[in-house]
Amino acid sequence: MIDVNITVTDREGAVHNIVAPTDMAMNLMEVFKAYELPVEGTCGGMAMCASCQCYVTSSHDLVDMQDEEEAMLSEAFFVKSNSRLGCQIPITSQLEGLEVELAPDY
Amino acid sequence: MIKTDILIIGAGPTGLFTVFEAGLLKLKCHLIDALPQPGGQCSEIYPKKPIYDIPGFPEVLAGDLTHNLLEQGKQFEPGFTLGERADTIEKLADGSFIVTTNKGTKHHAPIVAIAGGLGSFEPRKPLIENIANYEDNGVAYFIKDPEVYRNKKVVISGGGDSALDWSVFLADVASEVTLIHRRNEFRGALDSVEKARELKQLDKINIITPAEVTALHGNSKLEGISILKDGEKSLLETDYFIPLFGLSPKLGPIGNWGLEIEKNAIKVDTLDYQTNIPGVFAIGDVNTYPGKLKLILCGFHEATLMCQSAYKIINPGKKYILKYTTVSGINGFDGTRKEAPKAVVQAIN
Repeated sequence: MIDVNITVTDREGAVHNIVAPTDMAMNLMEVFKAYELPVEGTCGGMAMCASCQCYVTSSHDLVDMQDEEEAMLSEAFFVKSNSRLGCQIPITSQLEGLEVELAPDY
Repeated sequence: MIKTDILIIGAGPTGLFTVFEAGLLKLKCHLIDALPQPGGQCSEIYPKKPIYDIPGFPEVLAGDLTHNLLEQGKQFEPGFTLGERADTIEKLADGSFIVTTNKGTKHHAPIVAIAGGLGSFEPRKPLIENIANYEDNGVAYFIKDPEVYRNKKVVISGGGDSALDWSVFLADVASEVTLIHRRNEFRGALDSVEKARELKQLDKINIITPAEVTALHGNSKLEGISILKDGEKSLLETDYFIPLFGLSPKLGPIGNWGLEIEKNAIKVDTLDYQTNIPGVFAIGDVNTYPGKLKLILCGFHEATLMCQSAYKIINPGKKYILKYTTVSGINGFDGTRKEAPKAVVQAIN
């Protein structure tokens, strides 16, 4: 089993170094929740609420945005060019060293 | 004053199923919900999504589950206070409660069951200066009564299902419907998108994309809006502006009721899901206890156990034994009766 290391900066600026398994079909939102970071994941991961919006600050080549994620981000607030929905990013070995920042809760 | 046996706060799946389980014990329920329709998240966020883990239903759409739960509880004649948020609770000397909503509606019950999910859904308000000045004076975040918009000019903003569906619906009601969205693509069920496209071609909906509403105008009430499209500003006259940018759940005033809260959820005793205030229960996604799972099926279980305790509080000392609906049938408060057909006892010759 391969774990990946991810660095998450929360809304207060605190940095959390977390470890996520790649073999449990988890996504980034679920990993946030598993570590009890302040992410609601209201819609459960359907790209329908943007409560898991985060800014990707490292230069990882992430999975392409699908229509649903793009549509949700077009309606969300505080969206930047590096915004992604955590629920749409599956945890794979490519994510090793990923750095993200939680977007404001609105 | 609305009087009932169990006052349920939250009309999502757990709250709706409570009506049925309480009804079997001859307890009447009344539900309060901040949303204008029952179903909670199931009807508001994902009515057209399938759920695969409701026991006995290999697949059920969230909207259909809501419909079925309403149907299942119908004979127990639940009351509803919809579009209002439960704001305050007061415990009376006899141990019963008065719960008052943000609109001032008062409810009196010996038992309060909080089935509030992640909290009451508050609209995400667009970041437009002075929007608060026009709330209830031309700006609305929910559509409660479409008749308000008859022969009026309406601007809807948003790119999801509710923006599409309401634009389509109001096309036959309002004198003018304009739908504004930040991008050209809309996200919705295929039939909603197609219907909106059709109405646009018939000039029954005016669609402006990619564009944003940047300012609101009017003296005492809304008279017009500023739209920014391709870097150019324009003015559009309108009677109403309805931004539909989704809803965000907030635990809200319940957080100040003196309940023990842990991680935004209400702590309960797993014996009967009672909170630290005797007579106040918390069931479904809103509660927490060791091993808690936020699943609809767990909410159903919690509701069932809670009703047994509610019965004992309301009817102290009165004997009761669990009955099976297959054996006893169901006696509705509306006079209906459902029961299994009797077997025939006949010789075959």
